Amino acid sequence: MRQALEGSQALARAVALCRPQVVSAYPITPQTHIVENISKLVADGELKCEFVSVESEFSAASVALGAAMAGSRAYTASASQGILLMAEVLYNIAGSRVPMVLTCANRAVSAPLSIWNDQQDSMAVRDAGWIQLYCADNQEAIDTTIQAYRIAERCEVPVMVCVDGFTLTHTMESLELPEQAQVDGFLPPYKFSRTLDPARPLSSGALVSPDYFPEARHSHHRALEKAIEEIEAADNDWGEVSGRSYGGLLAVEGPEDAPIGVLTLGSVFGTLATAREDEDHNVRLIRLRSFRPFPFDRLREVCEGLEKLVVLERALSPGAGGIVGNEVRAALSEMDSPPAVYSYAVGLGGRDVPLSTLHQALERVQDRPAERFAVFDVELDKLPEEDR
Amino acid sequence: MMMNVRIHGRGGQGNVVAAYLLAAAAIEQGLYGQAFPAFGAERRGAPVVAFVRLSKQPVRRRDQVRSPDFLIIQDEALSHVPGVLEGLAPSGRVLINSSRDSETVSQEYGMPMTSLPATRLAKEHLGRPVPNTALLAAFLTLTGTFPVEALIKALGDRFTGKVLEKNTNLINAAAAQVEAGSWKEQLHAASA
Repeated sequence: MRQALEGSQALARAVALCRPQVVSAYPITPQTHIVENISKLVADGELKCEFVSVESEFSAASVALGAAMAGSRAYTASASQGILLMAEVLYNIAGSRVPMVLTCANRAVSAPLSIWNDQQDSMAVRDAGWIQLYCADNQEAIDTTIQAYRIAERCEVPVMVCVDGFTLTHTMESLELPEQAQVDGFLPPYKFSRTLDPARPLSSGALVSPDYFPEARHSHHRALEKAIEEIEAADNDWGEVSGRSYGGLLAVEGPEDAPIGVLTLGSVFGTLATAREDEDHNVRLIRLRSFRPFPFDRLREVCEGLEKLVVLERALSPGAGGIVGNEVRAALSEMDSPPAVYSYAVGLGGRDVPLSTLHQALERVQDRPAERFAVFDVELDKLPEEDR
Repeated sequence: MMMNVRIHGRGGQGNVVAAYLLAAAAIEQGLYGQAFPAFGAERRGAPVVAFVRLSKQPVRRRDQVRSPDFLIIQDEALSHVPGVLEGLAPSGRVLINSSRDSETVSQEYGMPMTSLPATRLAKEHLGRPVPNTALLAAFLTLTGTFPVEALIKALGDRFTGKVLEKNTNLINAAAAQVEAGSWKEQLHAASA
């Protein structure tokens, strides 16, 4: 049954449907009300779970790590500076190969201070060894959260579900929550193979000499590569359970013979898709759901035949340009005739990405050789002469 | 059909709640809807904006509503703030919270407006100057999008007992102040 739910509220319910045993969170800015809603479900007796309210995001991630190591299904959520404060623990969680799920309600990172949406936070921890899945809308955020637990537990790799802050978390829309029985059938009770157990003592994350460190990193990298199949399978199988799936590693829309593609991550996709349909543009829209692991093969497949590919992303690496843009360019360089890649940041710090963006992007690349990088919606007249 | 609404108010007037209530009531009626705020400084009195899209099809776009079919203005003084009256669709309509009559405010701002003394009504019925539910009731009555009962039902998810009862009385009083269905044409234009 469809119902009116705000993104954060829906996500709290989706997490509850996964029956987490420990949820830990720092409850103050830049937190969203996902965890506030979870704590309410716990207080109302609707969710049996240990809710640990901690004094920082560093502790929130640490408590979740300990809980997951001890065999609990664990959850936390954060955003922006909170994700950065967690960064050290995020590496520890992933390096220890502990399964858990974290929602990153994507927001800009200071300075200058901004509370609004972009994806700089999750991009800043892209190398921590987590699987990263990006959602286009709140229905997908619900369904991906459920899929994420299965992927995490089967691969023994943590999953970060990235959901655009405000644009999705604070939007009320018509959503469908799955039945508890559907989720229970999809997610069997969690049993961690290397759980801490006094009867079987072991240490985890201990000092590893140079004799073994590269091997640990190698197997971690392999685990993420192998997760590709589980990500596709989880989306596929959840599709059979719920009737909703999202393309697995990436979603594609638009004509197969279109000469130009536009690639993006997250909620901008819906705006681009509406523009494509309303204005009838001959363009192929591609959305990366999985950024880690990076879907090299699938991406090359869907870029076959494109002359140009525009990458629109809500983050940047100052001094290098597009984070996603550069990775996409590198991935496509192995094609026989790769498309020219135009890499742009758009919608930084919550700047609205209007419907006209698609038209503007197609216009911009029409008679121009590939652009290495630009901030697409920068207004140069606001800047001093030397910065233009 | 796609109907775009922009709601302007001040922090503390229930601006975001108004947007959520409108979307929730519409979704309850079987429509697809989307409501979201443009958060700024979150403090009482600061100008705030929220957006609503209602449609028979799922709404996928996520950009702000730049050319609304309908504007709801919760504080008349905001009409002087640059941008507030901007972008209204050619067939668009404005509902404004004002103690002055529609003709006077229309003349002052040089565009047709329908006024509702929402703050006064809210003070009468709730004892608090929160104009949002009164304006929504008037809006639904003017457009005839769906009956105000759906709004009362959506309010029932937030309030019970005395508060719900007072709001119900407020909604009915506000609905009685405007001409039912007089914005029907604009609604059809928006839906086209």
